[in-house]
Amino acid sequence: MSIPKHPRFAMRGIRKTFGATIALDNVDFAVSAGEIHALIGENGAGKSTLMKVLSGALQPDAGEMTIDGSPFAPTNPLQARQQGVAMIYQELSLAPHLTVAENVLLGMEITRRGLLQKSDMHALVQNALTELDHADIDPHARVSSLTIAERQIVEITRALSVQCRVLVLDEPTSSLTRADANRLFRVIQRLKDRNLAIVYISHFLEEIKEIADQFTVLRDGKSAGSGLVAHTPIPDIVHLMVGRQIDDFFPRSNRTPGEPLLDLTDLAGDPLPHSASLVLHRGEVLGIGGLIGAGRTELLRALFGLDPIRKGNITFAHNTARATPAQRLTQGMGLLSEDRKDEGLAQSMSLANNLTLSCLPRGIIFPEKLYAIAHQWIYRLNIRTSGPAQSIADLSGGNQQKVALARLLHHDVDCLLLDEPTRGIDIASKADIYHLIDQLATQGKAILLVSSYLPELLGICDRIAVMYRGRLGPARPVDQCSEHSLMLEATGQEVTA
Amino acid sequence: MNHLSRFAPLLGLFAVYGLFAILGPDSFSSGRNLETIARQTAIVGTAALGMTLVIIAGGIDLSVGSIIALTTVTIAASLQADLSPPVAALIGILIGALCGFVNGLIITRFRVVPFIVTLGTLLLVRGIAKGLASEQKIDAPLTYLIDLLAALPRGAWWIFPPGVWLLIILALLTGGFLAYTRPGKHIVAIGSNENTARLCGIRVEATKLLIYTLAGTSAGIAGLLQFSRLTVGDPTVAVGLELDVIAAVVIGGGSLSGGEGSVLGSVVGALIMTVIRSGCSQMGLPNWVQEIVTGIIIVTAVAVDRLRHRER
Repeated sequence: MSIPKHPRFAMRGIRKTFGATIALDNVDFAVSAGEIHALIGENGAGKSTLMKVLSGALQPDAGEMTIDGSPFAPTNPLQARQQGVAMIYQELSLAPHLTVAENVLLGMEITRRGLLQKSDMHALVQNALTELDHADIDPHARVSSLTIAERQIVEITRALSVQCRVLVLDEPTSSLTRADANRLFRVIQRLKDRNLAIVYISHFLEEIKEIADQFTVLRDGKSAGSGLVAHTPIPDIVHLMVGRQIDDFFPRSNRTPGEPLLDLTDLAGDPLPHSASLVLHRGEVLGIGGLIGAGRTELLRALFGLDPIRKGNITFAHNTARATPAQRLTQGMGLLSEDRKDEGLAQSMSLANNLTLSCLPRGIIFPEKLYAIAHQWIYRLNIRTSGPAQSIADLSGGNQQKVALARLLHHDVDCLLLDEPTRGIDIASKADIYHLIDQLATQGKAILLVSSYLPELLGICDRIAVMYRGRLGPARPVDQCSEHSLMLEATGQEVTA
Repeated sequence: MNHLSRFAPLLGLFAVYGLFAILGPDSFSSGRNLETIARQTAIVGTAALGMTLVIIAGGIDLSVGSIIALTTVTIAASLQADLSPPVAALIGILIGALCGFVNGLIITRFRVVPFIVTLGTLLLVRGIAKGLASEQKIDAPLTYLIDLLAALPRGAWWIFPPGVWLLIILALLTGGFLAYTRPGKHIVAIGSNENTARLCGIRVEATKLLIYTLAGTSAGIAGLLQFSRLTVGDPTVAVGLELDVIAAVVIGGGSLSGGEGSVLGSVVGALIMTVIRSGCSQMGLPNWVQEIVTGIIIVTAVAVDRLRHRER
């Protein structure tokens, strides 16, 4: 493959900070025409921030960009689009009630004397779809009647119809079947032949091996390395992704697992997970690793009764029947949501009301009673607040998370399902939460911890199981796991340990 | 800040009242007129109690006016059938509760949005009322029920007619229910964030059923007051009254996206609208001026509320 001298687009020395957090630090990234370039990194490594800079949704604090040699500094996504940068996100942005043709030509409808020329529009879109080897998609069909894979093609067609030069695909295969993914790869190959510069973001390293020419790894907001995919074995890429020191702030007291509290066999949710079996003991922290979208959150939600269960058995504290969240709480199970803002906490309510919501006292409730309860937890968990009446929205992320945790502790549940408990919170709160988890496990509580942060899993869990595409692997003792083995398992590689 | 926003509707009431006391005739600020204002607020105020719960929980109930009409018809028909006044009143209120229960049942079982469900029952209940009354007014024998909102004899020691006292007592009870009980807290939580409520094991569907039943009940009680005002059962009364009721809640600080609102605020909101009406008519201003002023008040109240939220 010959690489042209000038890259189609180049980003040099890109820096972006959010408050004290450095999201991107002096990142270089360039892609040539007719090249498929994989952008790789763990969750939070800075991939999406970099792509938001490219697509004009964010402006960098420092650094410059060029497209085909000329300076490129979009101030909004529309500008970037007009200059030929198109993004295909995981959540597709089509109007489901409009037809395929209407979606593809949205904003550029063909009109004559103010009237839509429908047959011209349909013919144009039909041609575009045929060129992408998808003549089977009917331009007249409503988008809502299409499969996810077909919608992706429609979105790509739309991007091409505005003369795009750079196409960014963000996790395009995460919700596709293998057959659909293969078909998408053929489309991407055709786009490559049309001299587009393609950025391909994916967690699935075997896919990257299959389709990409070049790769760049981001780690903690910096370029960790780049090269030719064909010359780099997967384990080397994994090493670039995770190669960092494990910090020393994970406490682990001597714990002795007690009786089994939660036992699931071949649990399947709707649509995820496909199959999950595990046994969780009292006094144990069991970690669940894997990539976003693998079905970990869905597993916890199904256990807690928030999402439907297709098949399989759950035995929790001698209860075998399916249960609602209210029943699970009574049985002694609590869930910490991964989404503090939209699920975990009621943002317009006070700290005290949020903390006591799941087990309000009976009879007449005087605010003082709730404040007394809240004061106790504010003290025990070291929550920084002006008082129990303060609105939750005014607390920092770390303190909000402590309130959400305090609700489970106040309810005094035996089994805590923790979904990404430290995502997006400050280091000090993280350390507090790690200590709390250790303390709870020592007291005999059972903890199921979902995390995408590998050092955290390795640091505080007793055993770790990894979920890959809806299937939960076997739980291994933590001393048999490494960041490397977890990442291999999470990306569907065989573990040779 | 928080306290200021809590009392903003009350300040608004004083401002509007003060304005008319200065601009309007002396008769406006007389004690007699105050009593009239209270009497005229009773119906909307009572219906607004239930609506406050619905709106705080993030819902809406458009069927209130129709339920009031059906209640007046039911009470009149019951009295005609020689039932005793308290029994007739109870039947009327229970019919209201039943309508609310049906609203709640459809909303929770079939997961249709409240706006559509209650838009349907608005027509349905109005139709039943008209059918039951054969599309005409139903005369009822005169009983003490009609004294609920009657003007007081001069110098009476109880200041307000019983219907106004009923509103005051019910408002205190509803306010207490909302602030000091488990189901009350659950209602606020559902409106603030339904996902959080579910996560905390709150039985969201059962609570919603309770909310709409209570809203129907409060509409039924408002219907009883309406009957006492009319002294007959009228299937065409209170058309569009639900909009006054919703306006009262919104002026009082209720947010149509849920989680916010207060019983005190809603009653004050209802009072503000009556004061405007009373003040305008005593100043001899035509009806259309009242409508324009009320419209401006509603939009201003909500706009000010939004501005306040943006500041945070």
